Amino acid sequence: MAAVLPDPFAAWFARQGWTPRPHQLRVLAAAQAGRSVLLVAPTGGGKTLAGFLPTLIELHATPRAGLHTLYVSPLKALAADIARNLMRPVRELSLDITIATRTGDTAAAERRRQRAAPPNILLTTPESLAVLLTDPEAAARFAPLTAIVIDEVHALAGSKRGDQFSLCLARLAALAPAARRIGLSATVAHPAALAAYVSRDGAGGGVEPIKVSDGTPPDISMILPGDRLPWSGHMGLAAAPEILARIRSAGMTIVFVNTRAQAELLFQELWKLNDATLPIAIHHGSLEPEQRRRVEQAMAEGRLRAVVATSSLDLGIDWGGVDQVLQVGAPKGVSRLLQRVGRANHRMDEASRAVLVPANRFEVLECEAAILGVAAGELDGDPPRPGGLDVLAQHILGMACAGPFHPDALYEEVRRAAPYRALSRQDFDDVVAFVETGGYALAAYERWRKLFRDAEGRLHVRSDRIARQHRMNIGTIVEEPLLKVRYAGRGGGTLGEVEEYFVNMLTPGDTFMFAGRLLRFLGLRETVCEVADGGDGDPKVPAYAGGRMPLTTGLADRVRAMLHDAATWGAYPEPVQEWLALQKKRSRLPGRDDLLVETFPRGNRFYLVAYCFEGRNAHQTLGMLVTRRMERFGMVPLGFVATDYVLACWSAREPIGVARLFEQDMLGDDLEAWMAESSMLRRTFRNVAVIAGLIERHQPGAEKNRRQVTVNSDLIYDVLRRHQPDHILLRATHADAAGGLTDVGRIAGLLARVRGRVRHMALSRVSPLAVPVLLEIGRESVRGEEGDDLLLEEAELVAEAMGEGEPQGWLF
Amino acid sequence: MTLAPLHLAGERLMLDPAGALVWPARRLLAVADLHLEKGSAAASRGALLPPWDTRETLDRLAALLRRHAPRTVVAVGDSFHDAAGASRLLAADAVRLAAMTAVADFVWVLGNHDPTPAQCVRGNFVLEWRAGPLVFRHQAAASAAGEISGHFHPKAAVPVQGTMVSRPCFVADARRVLLPALGTYTGGLDVRDPAIARLFPRGGRVFLLGRERLFSFPYAAR
Repeated sequence: MAAVLPDPFAAWFARQGWTPRPHQLRVLAAAQAGRSVLLVAPTGGGKTLAGFLPTLIELHATPRAGLHTLYVSPLKALAADIARNLMRPVRELSLDITIATRTGDTAAAERRRQRAAPPNILLTTPESLAVLLTDPEAAARFAPLTAIVIDEVHALAGSKRGDQFSLCLARLAALAPAARRIGLSATVAHPAALAAYVSRDGAGGGVEPIKVSDGTPPDISMILPGDRLPWSGHMGLAAAPEILARIRSAGMTIVFVNTRAQAELLFQELWKLNDATLPIAIHHGSLEPEQRRRVEQAMAEGRLRAVVATSSLDLGIDWGGVDQVLQVGAPKGVSRLLQRVGRANHRMDEASRAVLVPANRFEVLECEAAILGVAAGELDGDPPRPGGLDVLAQHILGMACAGPFHPDALYEEVRRAAPYRALSRQDFDDVVAFVETGGYALAAYERWRKLFRDAEGRLHVRSDRIARQHRMNIGTIVEEPLLKVRYAGRGGGTLGEVEEYFVNMLTPGDTFMFAGRLLRFLGLRETVCEVADGGDGDPKVPAYAGGRMPLTTGLADRVRAMLHDAATWGAYPEPVQEWLALQKKRSRLPGRDDLLVETFPRGNRFYLVAYCFEGRNAHQTLGMLVTRRMERFGMVPLGFVATDYVLACWSAREPIGVARLFEQDMLGDDLEAWMAESSMLRRTFRNVAVIAGLIERHQPGAEKNRRQVTVNSDLIYDVLRRHQPDHILLRATHADAAGGLTDVGRIAGLLARVRGRVRHMALSRVSPLAVPVLLEIGRESVRGEEGDDLLLEEAELVAEAMGEGEPQGWLF
Repeated sequence: MTLAPLHLAGERLMLDPAGALVWPARRLLAVADLHLEKGSAAASRGALLPPWDTRETLDRLAALLRRHAPRTVVAVGDSFHDAAGASRLLAADAVRLAAMTAVADFVWVLGNHDPTPAQCVRGNFVLEWRAGPLVFRHQAAASAAGEISGHFHPKAAVPVQGTMVSRPCFVADARRVLLPALGTYTGGLDVRDPAIARLFPRGGRVFLLGRERLFSFPYAAR
């Protein structure tokens, strides 16, 4: 049953020239019946207004004081924009409604004001909400809450921020049990999981799903560089002239790329060709927020013709006049591509225009697969994993700060958050023990416990100081150690931030590209990287850890199928057809359910190339495991390189009996041993330790040097691993690593699928399909062992070059 | 395990990859910055780090004592993370430390973290200690000859194959040696930091700690 707009609202809609959309009325009806809603709609569907309409109408009918609606968005900027947009109907309809935003940027005076007189509508972020809920007065403040609007649910659910927010929702349900929820989401692969996330019982109960049709399917095409199709590389610079031509032909274009390094390089390349000086800007997550805001402003005002952007523009408000979207480099996944394509704003009845620009031959296949995937509506994305125990630890301490709690009651409460529905009592109790005293087998910290239990078994936070300290450390985003990039001299402007390890590799005088400029590195001053404009030599480009998305399983399957089915090749550009035909003649094509492994000699080495199509991360792990095994079989592996499509290893001896290298049992001890030592696990542990509160980012009075966090977490990891390998934080680390990051599951799936079906081709020379990965060697390769071996080689090389023999002793 | 020989002020010294300095002629072992009970110090401020750091550091020290059977052990300061550190030792750790101080003469050079002698710990507490042409102190002096010190927790990062390998290290020139920190929870200060660089105006060498050996690189003053 659809609701009807009250007269003043109907009139206001009419004045805008709008008609209420069916989904807006359905949301209104559900809300008026006190039901929760998950609204799934594409960008530009009037989603946000649908979320707020029930609130505005209700407060119009019965104005009141106190908090009525809480709006939570993953983006700080979005909260501010929405507040501005809401003010318009409120003003024009003369509604007696107060609105305020609360984010990390909100000034202390404004926070005090909100405390004294809570607004009717509060717009905030998950982190700020978590802070608000640690307040002893939270119960009184949130008791009158009637509605919760959750924006971009799909971007929250499944992440650690989403875990944190789900726990906050569970707490809100305890404080204001009747409050209904409205979740707003883009189209996703697992709508039922999102409904569970939005629901009050964590299982999807009482949530009405409302789906808006995606409208006209997008019009996605592909363009190739004019002269030749590159064999390898991911930057797509060869197509710069074609990209510029496309920009020229449209009003406003977003040029999406996959990494910040690619953004910098492509931006430079475009400006080299940009004789007409079209206004083209750059936008990525490492740039100074102020600069990003200026670019967004210029877009909104239509002053730009193009923006080269990374995922920093994937979310956010609609930019009005975007006419087309270009995706340079492989799209990596159908959902991600759709999200980006949706950025080309359009009326619902008009197709959005997008153009894919593959950077190499394999990416042509991937782009084709993505276009087919979009047409088939085949969304990808992993089903949500269980909530992180580190996030739970942070939440438990936060709840203790709000007031004493009984563990039995809190356990029941957190299990109403969808990510924690299956949480065992054992894990819950272990996390509580961790919060209390560290949860160590060695009871050394009894006297420094953070929580104490009263006679009724309720837990209290020990001191105000602990509560204060905790509030400063709330949040689940852990940044890599970053250094600010600033022009030298007094009042030199800040350009943004780069990762510390990149700066460590620079020597003064080196040049690098950043913020669309060519910069000369002058030196490091405390935590600031000082630069000047210009300089010569071959500039470096900062790369960022985890900057690259791996290929999704769905797309990988499509690519495999397309390769196998020669009948579909007609759709590809001619060079690609030739390439595949030649591969078929010289070797064979990877099959749907087998694993093609080629070996061939080249130079004085032997190469082994496995066509796994499981994504770069999975291949990295597989490479470690395969080279370990090659070593055991005496093949003397020298190194490997992984792309999204294949794994290539090279060795001093010829690999024979190749099938045994890919046997399933490699996922046992080898994996354990490698995982424990890997830097990936150390990084994961650091994040877990920071989120769980073992390592504090901020201490009252002093900003702790972020550099120290890295050091400390590694040391802690080693100690904990040796003395209490089943500690709750190590368990949390393994769950994280196995769940989202290492793609161990994909390797396991691959090994099971191809068991007994490893097709080994012993060739006399490199095959056409193997050329791209061989070209990657040297560009980036990982050695079998880290650390000592590398140091030895380096030390010997340096000694050799400097004419130093093995010394008898350094004479000083 | 391969030790690296080093000559300082005419004396032949050996650097142990575990992060200690040995003076064979005197059967002397020098270590720096044990920072015992750093874990419990953090716990008292609200960061409940795993509590085994003292046990681990004592493991390292015990291995060095077994390997070199020194007559004298010089700990060049910051042996305890704070003045009350010794009083927080768990009973088992206190017993182990007592056993070690029974088999060798311990010289405890006082550092900025432990400026007063620790109670109930056997040994000689000194501000600095001289032996032959060598002087052992906590923090390097502006001008020095034959000086062995700690304090800075030096570490060095070497760019290899597009990544950085970073390790604790010794830093040495003709006049002085900086020892790496032996403590379990001790982080490091990069040798390019001005605080260290100014001690080596003409450069020197760094010796990065490896599993079985040291890795030596020239250390350029900047």
